[in-house]
Amino acid sequence: MASLVLQIFAVTMINLRSIPQRLLLSISTVFAVALVVLVLLGFLAMANGFQRTLTGSGSDDIAIALRGGSRSELNSVVVRNQVNLLAEAPGIARDATGRPLISAELYLVIDAVKRRDQVKANVPLRGISREGAALRKGISLIEGRMFNPGANEIVVGQDVIGEFEGFELNQSITLGTGRWTVVGVFSANGSVFGSELWADAAAVQSLFNRNNVFQTVRAQLESPAALAAFKAYVEADPRLKLEVQSEAAYFADQASRVSDLIRRLGWPLAIAMAFGALAGALNTMYSSVAARACEIATLRAIGFGGIPAFVGTLCESMLLAAVGGAIGAAATFVAFDGLTVSTLGGSFTQVVFSFQLSSTLIVRGVLLALLIGFIGGMFPAWRAARMGIVEGLRG
Amino acid sequence: MPDNTLVRLIDVCKRFNKGSETITIFDRLELSIPAGDFVAVMGPSGSGKTTLLNLLGGIDRADSGEIHIGGIRVDALSESALTRWRGAHVGFIFQFYNLMPMLTAAQNIELPLLTRPGKDRRRHVETALKVVELADRKKHYPREMSGGQQQRVAIARAIVSNPDLLLCDEPTGDLDRATADEILSVLRLLNRDLGKTIVMVTHDAAAARHARRTLHLDKGRFIERDLAA
Repeated sequence: MASLVLQIFAVTMINLRSIPQRLLLSISTVFAVALVVLVLLGFLAMANGFQRTLTGSGSDDIAIALRGGSRSELNSVVVRNQVNLLAEAPGIARDATGRPLISAELYLVIDAVKRRDQVKANVPLRGISREGAALRKGISLIEGRMFNPGANEIVVGQDVIGEFEGFELNQSITLGTGRWTVVGVFSANGSVFGSELWADAAAVQSLFNRNNVFQTVRAQLESPAALAAFKAYVEADPRLKLEVQSEAAYFADQASRVSDLIRRLGWPLAIAMAFGALAGALNTMYSSVAARACEIATLRAIGFGGIPAFVGTLCESMLLAAVGGAIGAAATFVAFDGLTVSTLGGSFTQVVFSFQLSSTLIVRGVLLALLIGFIGGMFPAWRAARMGIVEGLRG
Repeated sequence: MPDNTLVRLIDVCKRFNKGSETITIFDRLELSIPAGDFVAVMGPSGSGKTTLLNLLGGIDRADSGEIHIGGIRVDALSESALTRWRGAHVGFIFQFYNLMPMLTAAQNIELPLLTRPGKDRRRHVETALKVVELADRKKHYPREMSGGQQQRVAIARAIVSNPDLLLCDEPTGDLDRATADEILSVLRLLNRDLGKTIVMVTHDAAAARHARRTLHLDKGRFIERDLAA
């Protein structure tokens, strides 16, 4: 066994040290594998960043009520009577004066122009009650002040300013039938709310002719366990044809739909490219075996077995692939990690998020690279192991 | 079989297919080489000299017949057993040295020792280097050595595992006369002082004169002529 390990080590060293003799071919294989990993990790980092942005927005102790059957806020309707009934529900936390901590909210779509390419895109305008901001964790005003109730004032998420034009502090903008003034900028600590504009719900209702109509109700629960009582209350009342879920569950669902779509695009594309890289790896390794035919035959003649020739060739292939994988991962990190972009979320509005490369994703990318190296080296390695010594010595 | 016979071929047949044509190299070939002999094998191109070495070294298979070396019937060994047997009992010396260009002289010489368990590899390598008088070149790569020095390294690689049989395929074919004579002197030393049995294929009559005897291979038969002792 020790002898076999020594032989494998020796053959592997010989193979690796002979790579400079096939430098261009080897570099092309490394490059092809790196490209595959770059594309895959690019998509996965995008999906990961999107998912983290949305899932990081939700809390377990916040309940969201939407119209039954609505999968997003945009196509939900909650009328004022229903809001009043929800305010009486059990499990809802109350402030010192006994007022329920709920926020009936409107969710509208407005046009905005992207800074990067001057393309119009949908940005969410959310009408919230005075408790609305407090029902979201990690919200802090970083410039200006909060809007005043009833006024045509908006506060803008920090990510909106970075991604879209015309929402800077004190800027006056036209929304609906009126002029609005940006009076504040808030940070949402990386959550999806940073992609939103907020205004007073009553002012939004008035200017967009949505009197007495909301789309969601957010409620602060006494605890995550209180969700069950709240849900039971809603289900028991026939006037409340609403669906209740925790905010965390709501965003997890929203995130999974889009991030799954991104992954479904990314993996097939990466796999299709992997076939190209595989062809390159096979070509390189067959060339390697052919170039080393005499060396392999000599080693076999002096007593080396077929297994070291097999493993040595496989190691060379996998090392080239691993280098390609590492370069691909590094390139993804440099080019994409932290890159802020926006895309359509579940409510057909732009969600601003950052690509997030994680160690798990890097491992997946490198594993794909190693798989390419393994398959690309397998057949040439088999040829190396089975090569006739006499034929090999003839060259 | 006499006690001191190291190599014995009995009724060995070897044929090659070239397209639809079958070429017979050996037809019922017989050969006996005693231990400690130094045999030169000569003959015209295509007479099967290298094929004979390949059969003796277990890197090619006969179509029929028996090949006994050191009391082992090597033609009956499995591939893996044959590989182990080669590593333990045979040393190959090739015309173009067949050194690994990316390894130093010492690393090249060490290679056969990796095929079997054992310690003191470094000591064995040092000894082999001294035999071929290249102790000062052990860290040199093949590209940093002359052809004669490279062939000495190849000889050291062949003897480092102390095999019974050395098989040399045109060992001086790529060397000038003076260097060839040096290499042949080393082979004579290995035969005379260390008792190695050597079978050397050569086209060079001058090289063959360094052997104890020369076998002329012609039409699948040996014609033996005694030369210098």
